[in-house]
Amino acid sequence: MSKRIDVEDLNVYYGDFLAVEDVNMTIEPRSVTAFIGPSGCGKSTFLRTLNRMHEVIAGARVEGKVMLDGDDLYAKGVDPVLVRSQVGMVFQRPNPFPTMSIRENVLAGVRLNNRKIARSDADDLVESSLRGANLWNEVKDRLDKPGSGLSGGQQQRLCIARSIAVRPNVILMDEPCSALDPISTLAVEDLINELKEEYTVVIVTHNMQQAARVSDKTAFFNIAGTGKPGKLVEYAPTQEIFNNPKQKATEDYVSGRFG
Amino acid sequence: MSITSDSPNGPSTRRNSSKELPDVGNPAADKIFSGISLSAGILILVVLAAVAIFLVAQALPVFSANAEELTAGSFLKYIWPLTIGTLIASAIALLIATPVGIGVALYISHYAPRRFAKTIGYIIDLLAAIPSVIFGAWGAAVLAPKIVPFYDWLAAYFGWLPIFVGPASQTGKTILTAGIVLGIMILPIITSMCREIFIQTPKLQEEAALGLGATRWEMVKMTVFPFARTGIVSSVMLALGRALGETMAVTLVLASGPLNASLIQSGNQTFASEIALNFPEAYGLRMSELIAAGLVLFVITLIVNVIARMITSRYKEFSGAN
Repeated sequence: MSKRIDVEDLNVYYGDFLAVEDVNMTIEPRSVTAFIGPSGCGKSTFLRTLNRMHEVIAGARVEGKVMLDGDDLYAKGVDPVLVRSQVGMVFQRPNPFPTMSIRENVLAGVRLNNRKIARSDADDLVESSLRGANLWNEVKDRLDKPGSGLSGGQQQRLCIARSIAVRPNVILMDEPCSALDPISTLAVEDLINELKEEYTVVIVTHNMQQAARVSDKTAFFNIAGTGKPGKLVEYAPTQEIFNNPKQKATEDYVSGRFG
Repeated sequence: MSITSDSPNGPSTRRNSSKELPDVGNPAADKIFSGISLSAGILILVVLAAVAIFLVAQALPVFSANAEELTAGSFLKYIWPLTIGTLIASAIALLIATPVGIGVALYISHYAPRRFAKTIGYIIDLLAAIPSVIFGAWGAAVLAPKIVPFYDWLAAYFGWLPIFVGPASQTGKTILTAGIVLGIMILPIITSMCREIFIQTPKLQEEAALGLGATRWEMVKMTVFPFARTGIVSSVMLALGRALGETMAVTLVLASGPLNASLIQSGNQTFASEIALNFPEAYGLRMSELIAAGLVLFVITLIVNVIARMITSRYKEFSGAN
């Protein structure tokens, strides 16, 4: 279920503009990896290349390799649709499908590509996914109500349930708590800790305490100035990044001297 | 449709809280603006009421007239074929324009390369600017003669269906031709409205679908269509309103006559075309009769709109507005 990600010499372009330059990184399975760095440093852009979501933006392209247990995501003939069903994503703001019930939201990914699922299997999957997202007890009596009626934190956990229902190998989270209050944030962070038992989790966050709390390894991205490409400055176990970073820029950032 | 005019008290509180700001707010301007918008809202209601009153007052003589004085012996007998003819022509138009209009809108908003999409959009909008008399002339002079072989073919192979019973009209001036011309005329209404709505689908929703491994078409089905459902219905209803009331094109294209089940023979008539054809020479009771026909058309349009509102409000809970 959980796969290793190897990134080799990755450059990301928007048209002619080099957005992220020369990233090399290995992300271990069953771990939580946090990306931190100032705004505009390319960490979200880089995250989105891990499931080819950057291709949604016209003109975005990459050079280099991203490998999932050795299979290059950018090899010829690889369907981005297939990549995204293996590498799930949770977004900055909760985005349940507003026209679907809670139950339908969880099943949305499973129902894709005309896959049929028996009703009893669907019930089991809804329950296991919602339990996996720590949401089952809160919503089990109102599965047929619209997902958009939940609170922000519940909606975000519903989105996580929706992602894990398709049984991905990797879950990417792009600032999943940036629109949530502290209590909901705590619930999602607890969930991230549980998710790493089964999945490779990669999370982008602006909150350094959050990175310190949830991640095993942390990658610090930085940018030399506007118009310059973002770079991976330092990638190490989280303890090391926060306690004795090797790079001056990392130390300045985590100690709050800039950013 | 309701127009609410709240007068926010934002400006005054802002003035009080920060004294260094120049005193730019003007309570009188606020009042004037709220007055203007209120009277604009009321004006619409007044116009609508005036139209209804005019129609009812002018139509009244018909209902108290003797049967032999009326065109068809009774008002109902006169109205019935017109109602059917109008609905058939509009239904044909919608059947053609709805799928094509939504398809074109979707192509422009989600499939076409950006620069190309803009050009197509402009061309479609231009289609809306063509006067209906030109569509009518084109339908009568070009489309009708050209479509005759198709009608012959329909009569030969589908003649067992009551709607395609032969022999087909050899001028091509049938209700089906009129419906096709109407369809082309209302196409830009559906396309331009749907395009605007499709574009507004939240990016976050689309990315949610794509992130789950949806193909582009699945993404459209999961996010764009549900988001735009109300808008699609509205655009279709707006187009239907145009089709129901369209006069010139139908008058020119259709060789009108009594009710005829076959769509490929001459015959049938619509309200608007019937009124336009007979109005110049009508007086007295005949005039009232035509205005009464107009009243019925008015009521049909109202009913269509009410039904559309009911359809769209059924989905309110799941609209995403909460």
